[in-house]
Amino acid sequence: AMEDVSAKFVSQKISRTRWRPLPAASLQPPDLFATGSWDNEDNRISIWSAGDLGNAGLNGEYHGEPNLLCDIQHNGDVMDMQFLDQERIVVASSTGTVTIFRHHRNNQTLSADHRWEKAHYHVDQDTACGGAACTGVVCNNPEIVTVGEDGRINLFRADQKDAVRTIDNADSSTLHAVTFLRTTEILTVNSIGQLKIWDLRQQRNEPSQIFSLAGDRVPLHCVDRHPNQQHIVATGGQDGMLSIWDIRQGTMPVSLLNAHEAEMWEVHFHPSDPDHLFTCSEDGSLWHWDTSTNVSEKPSFLHQGGRSTAYLSHSTINQSVVSAWLSSDPTKDRMEITNLIPNQTLSVNSLDVLGPCLVYGTDAEAIYVNRQLFA
Amino acid sequence: SGAPLTDTVPLQVVPGADPSARQLCFAWGPAEVLVCETLFGRAGGFRSPCLAGAAARSLTGSVAGTGDGAPSSSCVFVVRRDQDIYIQTLRKLFNESHGIFLGLQRSEEELAGKSRKAQLVQVSKNYRSVIRACMEDMHQAAVSTRDPALQGQYSTQVSILSAMELIWNLCEILFVEAATAGPLLLRLLDWVRLHVCDVDSMVREVLSSESPSKHKLFWNVVDVFVLQGRMDEARHLLSKEASANPASMNMYKILDDLMKKMPVPSLGNTQTLTELELKWQHWHEECQRYLQDGTFASNPHMESICKILLGDEDAILEKKDLMTTWYHFLVTRLLYSHPTVRPMELRFYAQSSMDLFLGGESSPEPLDMILMAAFEFEMHQVIKECSIVLSNWWFVAHLTDLLDHCKLLQSHNLYFGSNMREFLLLEYASGLFSHHSLWQLGVDYFDHCPEYGRVYLELHIERIPLSTEQKALKVLRICEQRQMHEQVRSICKIMAMKALRNNRLGSALSWSIRAKDAAFATLISDRFLKDYCERGCFSDLDLIDNLGPSMLLSDRLTFLGKYREFHRLYGEKRFLEAARLLLTLMTAHIAPCSFWMTLLTDALPLLEQKEVIFSAEQTYELMRCLEDLTAGNPDKQKFQEDDIETTKVEMLRLALARNLARVIVKEGTVEGS
Repeated sequence: AMEDVSAKFVSQKISRTRWRPLPAASLQPPDLFATGSWDNEDNRISIWSAGDLGNAGLNGEYHGEPNLLCDIQHNGDVMDMQFLDQERIVVASSTGTVTIFRHHRNNQTLSADHRWEKAHYHVDQDTACGGAACTGVVCNNPEIVTVGEDGRINLFRADQKDAVRTIDNADSSTLHAVTFLRTTEILTVNSIGQLKIWDLRQQRNEPSQIFSLAGDRVPLHCVDRHPNQQHIVATGGQDGMLSIWDIRQGTMPVSLLNAHEAEMWEVHFHPSDPDHLFTCSEDGSLWHWDTSTNVSEKPSFLHQGGRSTAYLSHSTINQSVVSAWLSSDPTKDRMEITNLIPNQTLSVNSLDVLGPCLVYGTDAEAIYVNRQLFA
Repeated sequence: SGAPLTDTVPLQVVPGADPSARQLCFAWGPAEVLVCETLFGRAGGFRSPCLAGAAARSLTGSVAGTGDGAPSSSCVFVVRRDQDIYIQTLRKLFNESHGIFLGLQRSEEELAGKSRKAQLVQVSKNYRSVIRACMEDMHQAAVSTRDPALQGQYSTQVSILSAMELIWNLCEILFVEAATAGPLLLRLLDWVRLHVCDVDSMVREVLSSESPSKHKLFWNVVDVFVLQGRMDEARHLLSKEASANPASMNMYKILDDLMKKMPVPSLGNTQTLTELELKWQHWHEECQRYLQDGTFASNPHMESICKILLGDEDAILEKKDLMTTWYHFLVTRLLYSHPTVRPMELRFYAQSSMDLFLGGESSPEPLDMILMAAFEFEMHQVIKECSIVLSNWWFVAHLTDLLDHCKLLQSHNLYFGSNMREFLLLEYASGLFSHHSLWQLGVDYFDHCPEYGRVYLELHIERIPLSTEQKALKVLRICEQRQMHEQVRSICKIMAMKALRNNRLGSALSWSIRAKDAAFATLISDRFLKDYCERGCFSDLDLIDNLGPSMLLSDRLTFLGKYREFHRLYGEKRFLEAARLLLTLMTAHIAPCSFWMTLLTDALPLLEQKEVIFSAEQTYELMRCLEDLTAGNPDKQKFQEDDIETTKVEMLRLALARNLARVIVKEGTVEGS
């Protein structure tokens, strides 16, 4: 519920929020997250503790706002950010540089561990200017893949100075985001509505598969893969539409779901509960897409105050075998969609979900933490 | 009605610039002014060049660039007219109040009387709580920093914010809530209690001491409580003193009883003003009796308290140090002599209280003048004074907007621009737009300025630096939502040009497609075709193969798409379809004339195929195309001089003739058999 959300104004526009990954088999909820800022004269990477654990109330709810542990200056806008492991964060910059920052937990400081200057560039890497914004980064320790406005794909290893592999001119338009499909394959989305699969084992500088939106080639801004069923992929576009793709078949999305009124900046399946999906947008909304609910059992949901809840459809057919995400007929879906921010005005640039916790950041210079997402 | 904003604005000179040595020149920007010293010395007859804005902020000059660094004439000063915009801690104020502002604009005007007023008071309280939160942050920052200069800055900000809240709160009571006689006094008491915090530490010290009644400041604290009308707290303290002095128990009891019985206005409608006045008169006479009896004569502290209860001005003024401000004195005076004061009577008491309190020793400061103007219900004077004194537009813009929503400012029109609300909002939003990061907030303020907001937004939005595509997309979204077609085209063009310069033809094309900019799409298509002619292969196939309906944006783009389709068909060995398409490109005039030679050359391998591809009719058409091209070329001389071109033409003619021969034989055979 909204009452469990704590907010903090941080005097910088937030472009990325990321939970620090939990150690394997940890039962604790996540407690630390990182943020990156954009459009400031002085942009920063910051590490926050999610709330004061000492103030846990009677019902175990958390109070207190996020607390800044440490921060460090970052050159250029933070375009994307990903934890490599529990200590290291890889940050993509608008200058084209990719940096690994290390969070030292003993003395609460941040330092730059390694830097690939101008990993993305226009025309000539050696000129003084000419860096091209690195728009997306994804990690699978020790591998790091980055994409950029230069249409380039870089494969780095955290422990190697030079790029392991670079695909120049991989895309003639801007690459907006990247994610791993399998350990050797990646997915990219671009500004002409295409979803591409790249097999990094192959030496060919061509995608192994191209999927694309029909009609107007609406730019795609974000992509995420279903954590368990790897053939299910979700993307978000400039028109705010959520597209679900089955990469085993066809070249077009299985379903197009109307969601936001402006650019969808991020889409994330819940990592351990992938019946839930979260999207955020330039229009200032953050939607929770829930395919797990049996609509007929919870009719009273509509009456909850402060939420705008909509049902896409009703159904009595069981849905356990085929993933609800792939039902090609949206009228057969059982999907409950909830806007978690009723009165927001400025863009929600980023969100991250882990366990019962959600963190998101906005252009209104605030970060929000919800520690009881499924309460 | 208030005076125009400009009549008493002081002139200020940019610090560092020396108008006495050199003439200055300046250029107005959207929110900043550039000032530089010219090469011209001071000549007689010129007026001293000074800067005066319609309401100039306290100006901050900063040297932007010094050229070779030597002579002062190479200095350019950037003068910002809203310096508080740049204070990091205040960004919280700007962001949070932005949300409150929008809520107010969207709020239901239709709500009737009371509930509308309650809503507006709530909005006002929300604004104040943001100011207070900011003040706390700033205070925290001041406490935690070790840099004395920084500490000084923070402390100054705390006092400015605190003054802002004090003024706002008074405006809330007098204008927004428009408290009536009775409740008015209660509100003013709350106001004083909230803002006079100088004595708080003393109160804490005494209350936390082991035996408060033995503390040397004991009576001071009792007085503070009495002066602020905090009767219960005062009685509680007095009871401690009483139990320590059984001898004077009776005296204490009487005073306690008087304090207990003091009639106060109630917030509900349980009693009429007349009832209250009667009760109060009765109580007042009782106090008077005890004082004249000499009941408290043995204890000067208690006697003075009794005098205060009676509203004795001299007795109250004696406690000047415990009140610290004239407006505290005013409220105490009202409490004990005019508890049912009407709003319109406030001005008289306020003026005399200030005179009595300051007693000619010190002159009133700007804050005093602002509060006085409020007590006089001179709303415009309040706004004007605040505009001059405060170093930001935030305060006046938001307060004026709120008062405007209370329908208190409608009669007032400025002789320039639209109304005052809009004027101040435009100034504030322009300040936001001059900030590298806060510009996004400004958009919504412009949206709510019906007269000039749109024009301002158009002018400002074009000046936002588009450092990344992502930022460009955000700016573009703002423009598209408001149907600002001109700006959409301009942004897309800038981005397309950037992409073109970086050799990112694909990106350039998608930007011009977004702007539906046919001319630019043609330009880029030509670049693609030129690249093809030079290199013999297409770049950016992923884009050209996926143009979709956007191909129709420009003729050249259509040609590019179709020409690429020809290559694909050819590559897939679908020769018949390829040939038909190639011919159509020329006969339907889809291809530009300059490209016909290339197309005809592309026909060569098709003509040479083992199988006959072009029909007789198609071959004739190809021949006509070739002849049109060679005959129609105005630069015939050059054409013939070019050996390679001549050879090409000859080869084509030969191939066409041979194909014609083959096709006649073939078609003849097919028909004959």
